[in-house]
Amino acid sequence: MERQSGGGLGAVQRLGAPLSQAKLRIDGIAKRYGPVVALEPVSLEVRTGELMTILGPSGSGKTTLLQVICGLVEPDGGRLFIDGHDRTAMPVHQRDIGLVFQNYALFPHLTVGENIGFPLKMRGRPAAEVRERVAAALAMVQLGHLAARFPRELSGGQQQRVALARCFVYQPAIILMDEPLGALDRQLREHMQIEIKKLHRETGATIVYVTHDQEEALALSDRICLMNHARIEQVGTPQEIYAHPRTTFTASFIGTSTLLRGVVEGDALVTPLGRFALPEGRLAGAAALVIRPEHLRLGAGENTIEGVVSETVYAGAETRLLFDLADGTTAVLRLPTGMAAPEIGTAVQAHWATDAAVLVPL
Amino acid sequence: MRRLGPALYALPGLAFLAVFFLYPVVQLLALSLRNEGTGEFTLQHFEHALGTEVYVRVLGITFTIALQTTLGALLLGYPLAHWLARLPDGRRGWFVMLVMIPFWTSYLVKTFAWMITLDQNGVMNRLLLGGGIIDAPLEVLHGRIGVMIGMVHAMLPLAVLTMLPVMIGTDRHLPRAAGTLGAPPGQVFWRVHFHLSLPGVAAAGLLVFITSLGFFITPALLGGPKDTMLAQLVISQVTEMMNWSFAGALAVMMLAAALVTTWVYDRLFGLSTVSGQASGAPRRGQDALRAVGIAILSGLAAVQVAIGAVMQRLVGRRVLGWLLPAHAAVVLLFLGAPTLVVIPMGFTDSNFLGFPPPGYSLRWFAVYFGSELWLGATVRSFVVAFGTACLAVVLGGFAALALARSESRWRGAMFALFLAPMIVPRIVVALGLFYLFAQMGLVATEAGLVLGHTVLALPFTFVTVAAVLKGYDWRLDQAAATLGATRAKVLLQITIPLLKGGLVAAFLFAFITSFDDLTVALFVSGGVTTTLPKQMWDDMILQLNPTLAAVSVVVFVLVTALLVTAERFRKPAG
Ligand SMILES: Nc1ncnc2c1ncn2[C@@H]1O[C@H](COP(=O)(O)OP(=O)(O)OP(=O)(O)O)[C@@H](O)[C@H]1O
Ligand SMILES: [Mg+2]
Repeated sequence: MERQSGGGLGAVQRLGAPLSQAKLRIDGIAKRYGPVVALEPVSLEVRTGELMTILGPSGSGKTTLLQVICGLVEPDGGRLFIDGHDRTAMPVHQRDIGLVFQNYALFPHLTVGENIGFPLKMRGRPAAEVRERVAAALAMVQLGHLAARFPRELSGGQQQRVALARCFVYQPAIILMDEPLGALDRQLREHMQIEIKKLHRETGATIVYVTHDQEEALALSDRICLMNHARIEQVGTPQEIYAHPRTTFTASFIGTSTLLRGVVEGDALVTPLGRFALPEGRLAGAAALVIRPEHLRLGAGENTIEGVVSETVYAGAETRLLFDLADGTTAVLRLPTGMAAPEIGTAVQAHWATDAAVLVPL
Repeated sequence: MRRLGPALYALPGLAFLAVFFLYPVVQLLALSLRNEGTGEFTLQHFEHALGTEVYVRVLGITFTIALQTTLGALLLGYPLAHWLARLPDGRRGWFVMLVMIPFWTSYLVKTFAWMITLDQNGVMNRLLLGGGIIDAPLEVLHGRIGVMIGMVHAMLPLAVLTMLPVMIGTDRHLPRAAGTLGAPPGQVFWRVHFHLSLPGVAAAGLLVFITSLGFFITPALLGGPKDTMLAQLVISQVTEMMNWSFAGALAVMMLAAALVTTWVYDRLFGLSTVSGQASGAPRRGQDALRAVGIAILSGLAAVQVAIGAVMQRLVGRRVLGWLLPAHAAVVLLFLGAPTLVVIPMGFTDSNFLGFPPPGYSLRWFAVYFGSELWLGATVRSFVVAFGTACLAVVLGGFAALALARSESRWRGAMFALFLAPMIVPRIVVALGLFYLFAQMGLVATEAGLVLGHTVLALPFTFVTVAAVLKGYDWRLDQAAATLGATRAKVLLQITIPLLKGGLVAAFLFAFITSFDDLTVALFVSGGVTTTLPKQMWDDMILQLNPTLAAVSVVVFVLVTALLVTAERFRKPAG
């Protein structure tokens, strides 16, 4: 990703016209807090109208990236383009970016209606229009009856919807959301995910959505930007990232998988467990094979591993079998529905089709 | 500019303090080191002060009284604060109010109360004689005992209110934990409560000592010639002798004492405790002291456990349990009673301040409200207090706002500067301002009074606003900015409304500070610009009269009302 932003884009800038339909372009943005590197220079493009999630473990720099985008934090270096215009130095309040905070940040001294009307008032809209649009926004999140209440008189889910309404009401071109559902229970979270998808579809806004929950990212995103240790690991559609992880971090952070580590020799990966045929893609040196649970089958085949069953995990729609390999790693496979799980402690064999595995560097 | 951001808000306050606080104090220092005639550098004024027996004696008396007052206030105040800290939050508020009211009651009213209480024919002697406890009236007024009673009474609320937040902060969970670890109650007190409250005790000691150093009202009115303190000397040198350089030298000595005490304190505990925060990490230099301190504490603990065991056998556990509340009740009575004595005196129908009043009437209130002099002084005090409150809230509020978010390495220094007027004795500030205002033509003007009082009130507004800001959610400001609010709109529509309670409280505290002040008024007001405290002081020195009692009642009621309002607003919003 980082190498993508070479001199070519500088030329585009000089022409003054946006090259692609990129709504937001981050070009080598970096940020340190004293000795802590919160963001290595990162580059990223968000397309108009897409919902991109920024996914990563705690402390990976997600919030920092969002804050740089909306202008609450000044980057140490790099530039930020919105619709092709350099906005790196533009003050927060002029950016036309909406931000939904993790704990909503509703104004406690204003009613729900006044909270939602706030951004319109700041833009000097006439009172009649404010009233109309606030009512529409409240209706959109199904809270029309609560306009006169104060935020502290609402439940967590209702507060969250007010925060969404306050953000959507002034139709900012870009909406940033920082773990907006983090404080809600699972059921409400799934319900709100659907609402956010609906709002996204209805308004056509460009949304950057931060989460550390991979299921949420898979469920919501058009594309996922995976972050780790202040860097971007990989960007792609959920399917791409799931099917073609480029690093072991991606492979283990999104979904579960079996990792077989070894060294590439010719057209095989040599591991303590044996030689395995390589799928497409050329790599040299230390590498690992990533095999998703649904691609592992019980029994011997093209590429076979052996282990001892350590656990079976029943997860409703499917049952997963965990078994320990000779080198200490744990392999995971999905049992076909209706098949009885082998007892814990029994020795099993599993195999996969060569092209179902992905080769990643170590 | 953008990076400086929030720190800019502190600039007006910093500039104000530089001109009306730092500069006058430095000028005073320069004055004290100069020969008036030739203008050359000289140490003659200090040599004169330290080489003349009278002055050395006054210095000695000043330090002795300040030390004794500190000890007295800490010893009486500690158990009260400890008792208050352990009350449930809801009930504590009311009892703290009983300390807050005497704290903010004007020193003049308090001293006046003691004058009529301790007088030969005063309340105390009447009660003791009437009860047959003594045969002849006690002579406490115009002696050291009178001064000590007045001083300890005046400083006790400051001591308690400084210790209390630290105790509340640390008391909550720790002692219970210590109890479950198997420590007996005596041990728990000394090793946990007392140990953790030490920063608060030290802060209280510091503030009481420094305030006492610069005191003149109480020794002048309750003491005799042998109880003259340094501040009285400074006043007479300026107002009677016009000897600026020598007065400057005396003030500089007082300032030096205050600064040295503060410096030692800062080394040991860190200045932040003064503003009511429990200090966090241990400070440099604390390690060596720590070992000694812990050894002493364990000794004390052992002694107390032993005494406790004996006492429990002698008087029983129940009586011991009442000891603390009983002490608290007595001290609260000591704090409140003298002022309560003034109230019936204000309603006397006699020409004299005898107790009990032979009959009741409103005649002295009529005198007060009919006197152009008194009413004029009252109105002037109101106007000045209002101006002071406005200015101090704006300057202090913005400064607190700036420093709450600043990560500048100057933050600590700026914090100290805004607290400094609390640490420099008032008389020093007043003297410096008098000299400055004389050059600027601001003596005997309302503007001069407002500026001077703002210097005194700034630390209070700064600390009050800083306290409410500690619980402030800055993301609300960020949210408003992302929603399109400019900086000014964020401030006006989000920050200020949310801080309203703290701002109102700060306003009222500043108002009372100005309304009660005598020190600055003594120099800066006068003639046609007399303030109410100045008018009271002039009357009290000349002749006690029932009008003073009536005025005291008015002042007391007013200040109490303002204070109760301030307290109600202080709770953070939302
Ligand atoms: N104001 C700050 N001062 C100092 N360090 C900071 C500050 N804000 C963030 N950091 C550090 O920068 C790094 C990235 O923080 P950031 O908040 O962007 O992480 P995050 O990915 O949002 O994490 P989480 O999922 O926990 O919210 C962390 O190591 C954090 O400690
Ligand atoms: Mg975060």
